[in-house]
Amino acid sequence: MAKKLPAVDVALVGFGWTAAIVAEELTAAGLDVLALERGAWRDTPTDFAVTFAQDELRYMWRRSLFQEPARQTLTFRNSMDQTALPMRHLGSFLPATGVGGAGIHWNGQNWRFLPTDFVARSHNEARYGTLPESMTVQDWGVTYDELEPYYDKFEYLCGISGKAGNIKGRIQDGGNPFEGPRARDYPNPPLDMVYGPTLFAAAARETGHKPFPCPAANMSRAYTNPLGVTLAPCSYCGFCEKFGCGNYSKSSPQTTILPVLMRRNNFELRTQCEVLRVNCDSSGKRATSVTYIDTEGREFEQPAEMIFLCAFAQHNVHLLLLSGIGKPYDPKSGEGVVGRNYAYQIVSSVDVFFDDKIINPFVGAGGLGVGIDEYNGDNFDHGGLGFIGGGYLACWNTHGRPIELHPTPKGTPKWGSKWKEAVARNYLTTATISTHGAVMSYRTNYLDLDPTYRDAHGRPLLRLTFDFGDNEHRMSDYLTDRAAEIAKAMKPREIHAKKRNGHYSVVPYQTTHNTGGAAMGTDPRTSFVNRYLQSWDVPNLFVMGSSVFPQNAGYNPTGTIGALTYAAVDAVKNIYLKNPGPMVQA
Amino acid sequence: MSGSLSRRDLVLAGAAFISISGRSQARTYGGAVPWTPGIADAPRGVAEGELKFFTAAEAAFVDAAVARLIPADHLGPGAKEAGVTTFLDRQLAGPYGRAERWYMQGPWQDGTKSQGYQSRLSPAELYRVAIKSIDQHCRQRFSGKTFAQLSADQQDRILTEIEKGKLKIEDIGPHAVAIEGAKGPHSDTFFAVLMQNTIEGFFSDPIYGGNRDMVGWKLIGFPGARYDYRPYVGRHGEKLDLAPVGIRGRPAWNDQQS
Repeated sequence: MAKKLPAVDVALVGFGWTAAIVAEELTAAGLDVLALERGAWRDTPTDFAVTFAQDELRYMWRRSLFQEPARQTLTFRNSMDQTALPMRHLGSFLPATGVGGAGIHWNGQNWRFLPTDFVARSHNEARYGTLPESMTVQDWGVTYDELEPYYDKFEYLCGISGKAGNIKGRIQDGGNPFEGPRARDYPNPPLDMVYGPTLFAAAARETGHKPFPCPAANMSRAYTNPLGVTLAPCSYCGFCEKFGCGNYSKSSPQTTILPVLMRRNNFELRTQCEVLRVNCDSSGKRATSVTYIDTEGREFEQPAEMIFLCAFAQHNVHLLLLSGIGKPYDPKSGEGVVGRNYAYQIVSSVDVFFDDKIINPFVGAGGLGVGIDEYNGDNFDHGGLGFIGGGYLACWNTHGRPIELHPTPKGTPKWGSKWKEAVARNYLTTATISTHGAVMSYRTNYLDLDPTYRDAHGRPLLRLTFDFGDNEHRMSDYLTDRAAEIAKAMKPREIHAKKRNGHYSVVPYQTTHNTGGAAMGTDPRTSFVNRYLQSWDVPNLFVMGSSVFPQNAGYNPTGTIGALTYAAVDAVKNIYLKNPGPMVQA
Repeated sequence: MSGSLSRRDLVLAGAAFISISGRSQARTYGGAVPWTPGIADAPRGVAEGELKFFTAAEAAFVDAAVARLIPADHLGPGAKEAGVTTFLDRQLAGPYGRAERWYMQGPWQDGTKSQGYQSRLSPAELYRVAIKSIDQHCRQRFSGKTFAQLSADQQDRILTEIEKGKLKIEDIGPHAVAIEGAKGPHSDTFFAVLMQNTIEGFFSDPIYGGNRDMVGWKLIGFPGARYDYRPYVGRHGEKLDLAPVGIRGRPAWNDQQS
């Protein structure tokens, strides 16, 4: 029997980026906020000190900052006619556990989505005609212009280094001319550029593109954010993604919010406490509490006036399904919303091999690179191409970590003396152009509960049914071809274009940009939350993070997650608290 | 499934319970930043010395196999000289070898390639079973010789067969009980794990027992666990030739390690 605890104003499930933002804003507004985190406390000097943070084996390959499948995983299949099997160890994506969540181990590639991304269905249908019946792409219910102040707020919280391309409609030289208009420039100038991206920039310009320094959550100089928290200049150590920053140079909840939040007396954090379900009253229209379990197996019931699901995208959906909140999605009838519109990202790359140019890949930072945006979203005419959407192309110099990085030309044996020779020859002299493509949502890509496999608490695992569509393959091939053209203009010895062929696989690492399952939108029949990330069915329940994306865009999601979170919490402060109830009428 | 739990399932259920309840306890934080100076979670290094996991025969196999995967040649030492066998031995004796973080509950069945690893063998069990199986295969084919006793060419031929999944990994010996009912993993599964682990041992920080004298890093020009490259960001196209540094520094910094 769960022990019932005294009620709080706000309970947060999980304690990563979105929870830290919600907690900071709502404690500042005077509410009592409690965060429940299944993992442990972590801070920079204890857990990723500069004396040992650069440890590729420990953090990347032994997964020490990531979710343990022994505790939570999902089952996966490509299509509904297959039997889903458990993802027994991590591969394709790397969710986190512990305070700070994946905000600890992200690269810091911080983008805004395009204005057209938020109206993906209406915009594409107006320009290209009706979308295929298999696509469940929809408009977000919020526009870029409405989100702009919140993008700005997150960028200034983080101290993003970059160069604006469009300030209030005026195109800025050297920035991304395709971005939506922004109120002001980034808080920090771009990072200093290394050689590979500089070569890419020259070749991109030569081939008629407009390259720009990618926006980075790695500090180009010391920065004090609006909360008064100071971050240090990035030292380009090349250990960002999959690692905690030992140098206070990468934005994370720890380096931007927690020093302020943790000192507030109306905030409480309980670690090693895993939420098992959200409880509703008998009407099913009001969330009353969450039930959680601690490491000694004791169960507690924590009542709250408002509940925010702030866990990783898939976990929020899992929790909704386990709690019986919202109608589960049924791919056969197309009805139901929880689990609907799961999407991902499609990535490919082109290796660019030089003989005479030393790239020094190890002088890196997670967001250090040059990008072009000509082929993203609807920045180009898709007429006759047979797909919608797109992605950015970028030459990143994120790292030279030697277990992970050994680019070899096509045809190199996978082991033996020839492999060793190729690795030794190319390690210092290879640049890579990456493509980062959107994935649309489809009727048959979804999340539900697995009928067979159970987690450590005996609950059904989440089941993921997913594959890339023809749209994604055509789009990704198109991006890869464009990348190969620029690669050739870099005048290398040779290139190796690696297209993304075949079925989606959970095995190789691709990206942790999993989206959907609790989509936002304008219609309760096709979305779980409204534009303020408020549940249509249970108005005192909110869902944060990329589980609300109705489909994915051709950018990394964190900037948009930050903006949506600030927008939601602003609505809570300005609308909900004055009159608790639905903020949008269905 | 329910009602007919196998011994293995019970063992695994117990293991899962221990690994979760063995964590630090739930804690409540509020009103202050909960940071204590001087408690950095630094890694414990690997001590040289006797084998912790491999038998002598298994170590001979690993020595021989990794010496073919990353050979010593005109470019310098290979995986064997770098101490990859010691690295692997310690890894397999620890949480990685036990698949402590992996989801290891049944039912077990073969999946598609895109569904990934579906063997009920932990990495340690996989090595044990696969090495035994490969050596048995070699003895039959090469008049009683184990893999380690073959010529380099013969070893390369066997490794190629393993890589292509052509060799059956038989479930033999005392571990047959532990993996009762399991379909033997294909040899390509073992090869992928072996190659990945060999790369790890050759290129990881020397603190884990491999990459001895940082030979892996020197081979490619990786300067190691440095954390400040600001002086080098603008030096485009320059070969920097920085001597590598490990988590424990490098020999020149510390007489005890030189």
